[in-house]
Amino acid sequence: MLILHCPYCGVYAEETELHAGGEAHLKRATIGDSDEAFEEYLFMRENKKGVHLERWRHANGCGKWFLCARDTATLEVYGTYPAQTTEPPADIVAAITAKHPGWSWKEKA
Amino acid sequence: MRRYSVFAVAREGLRYHSGWERAWRSPQPKKKYDVIIVGAGGHGLATAYYLGKNYGITNVAIIEKGWLGGGNTGRNTTIIRSNYLQDPSAAIYDKALSLYENLSQDLNYNVMFSPRGLIMLAQTHHEVRGYKRTVLANQLQGVATEWVTPEQLKKLVPIINIDGPRYPVMGGLYQKRGGTARHDAVAWGYARACSDMGMDVIQQCEVTGVRTEGGKVVGINTTKGDIDCDKLGMVVAGHTSTLAEMAGFRLPIESVALQALVSEPIKPCMDVVVMANTVHGYMSQSDKGEMVIGGGTDSYNNYTQRGSFHHIEETVRALVETFPMVSRLKMLRQWGGIVDMTGDRSPILSKTPVEGIFVNCGWGTGGFKAIPGSGWGMAELMAKGHSPLTAEFDMYRFREGKFIDESVAAGVAH
Repeated sequence: MLILHCPYCGVYAEETELHAGGEAHLKRATIGDSDEAFEEYLFMRENKKGVHLERWRHANGCGKWFLCARDTATLEVYGTYPAQTTEPPADIVAAITAKHPGWSWKEKA
Repeated sequence: MRRYSVFAVAREGLRYHSGWERAWRSPQPKKKYDVIIVGAGGHGLATAYYLGKNYGITNVAIIEKGWLGGGNTGRNTTIIRSNYLQDPSAAIYDKALSLYENLSQDLNYNVMFSPRGLIMLAQTHHEVRGYKRTVLANQLQGVATEWVTPEQLKKLVPIINIDGPRYPVMGGLYQKRGGTARHDAVAWGYARACSDMGMDVIQQCEVTGVRTEGGKVVGINTTKGDIDCDKLGMVVAGHTSTLAEMAGFRLPIESVALQALVSEPIKPCMDVVVMANTVHGYMSQSDKGEMVIGGGTDSYNNYTQRGSFHHIEETVRALVETFPMVSRLKMLRQWGGIVDMTGDRSPILSKTPVEGIFVNCGWGTGGFKAIPGSGWGMAELMAKGHSPLTAEFDMYRFREGKFIDESVAAGVAH
C-alpha cells in the first residue's frame, strides 16, 4: 500500500486516507485563452512512465492538499512537499536526480 | 493453414495428434511493411485482420513488446455488451457484439462466445433513472435492452440479495445478447488468421523509437532492428502516451491500474453477467466455475500492472452484500492491468499530427468487448482515411468540446 508523508500534519498516511488529485503544477487556462490552451489545461497530461509530480489530498486526515514526486514505473516515492509552490523544491529534485540522472522538470526542459 | 473441424479432431485422434500445426508463424521482421501495427493485443490484431480481410492489405507486421495477448487482452473480465447511452458508442460496441456472434466461424477458431445475458443493477434512484433512460436510448439506436424489475431479476439471478440494507436492488438494465468470450482465444484466433494471410506477428520486440521525416512516418526502431513502414497504427493501451512521445505528440490520456480476481471453482450458480456499478463490482461465472470479479480502478497514475489491495477489499465487500454466498468463497488469484483513461471515458480512434500514424487507445476499463468493432473501424480508418464508426472518436474532440460522455452516462468505470 502506498504510504505518503503529509507535509502539513506530519502523518505517514496510507492510501485509504488520501485522495489522488492528478498531475501537479498545471497552469490554469483562463478567459480569452485559445481552445488549445483549455485542452492543455483540462485534458492533456504528462502521464510519464517514470517520475510523476502529482497532487494528493489528505482527505481522511488534515484535509489539506499537498504535492508528491513518485515513480509510476516502480511506485517509489521521492518525497512530498507543500502545495504552495509552483515548482518542485531542490531537495525533491535532488532525490529524483539521484535515481534518474539528468532528469529535469518539464517546465525547465 | 489446416482448418480446425470435427474431421481434423478425428484425423488427429487416429494418428496420435502428430499433425497439428503451429497456430501462427514467428518470423523475423522484414525491412519494410506497408502497415505496422504496434501492439499484438486484441485491438491490434483485429485491426490487422480487418485490414487484410476487408481491404486486401496483407503486407502487415504486428509488433509486440511482450507476448501475444499478454496485456489487457489477457487481463480483463471478458464481458461483452453494447448497452451504451451515446450513439457513437452504441454504434461501435454493437458492431463489435455483432461480429463476436460469428467470430468463431469467421476465424475458424473457437472464441467461446457465450451470449448468456448481462444485467446492470440499479441500486440507487439515480441509477434507476439513468438505466431507464439508457433503455430508451438503446431502443432508438436499435440495440435490444430492457428494464427488469427486482422480482424478474431474482428469477434470473437466484443468488442475488435484492433487499440488502445499504444498496437494495431496485431493478436492472438487461441485455440478453450480452455475455462473455474466452479472451485469450480472441487474440489467438485473430493472430492465427493474420498469420494465415501472410502477416508477420512479431513477439518479444519492443519499439524504441518512431522515425518521421517532414511530418510523415517512415518507420520504427525496435529491439529487433529498424523497420520501415508507410503507415503505423499505435494500439498499445496503457503505454500509448509513451509511444506517442516517441512520435512527438501528446494525447489526453492517463494510465491507471485496474484489477480483477477469480474465486475457487464452484458448481454452476449464475448464468448471467451481473454488474453493480454503484458499489464498483461485477461478477460472472467462468466455464471452469470460477467467479470472475472485477472492480474499480486505482485513483493514481501507475504503470506497474499491480493495483492496491484495498480496492479488492472494497470490491469484495460490496459483492458480499449483494451476493451473500460470496462470503464463503476463497479467492484464487488476483491481477492488474494498465488502462488508458480519457477525459470522457470514451476511446480515441484517430489520425494524429504525424501523417501516416493512427492511434487506437483510450478504451479505459472496457476495451475487450469492443475488439472486433474497434479493429473493423480502425482498419477502415487506416485504409481509407475515414470511417463512420470512428469519426466521432477523433483525438481533437477534447479541444472542440465534442465529448462522447460515457463517464456521466455510466457514472462509473465500464
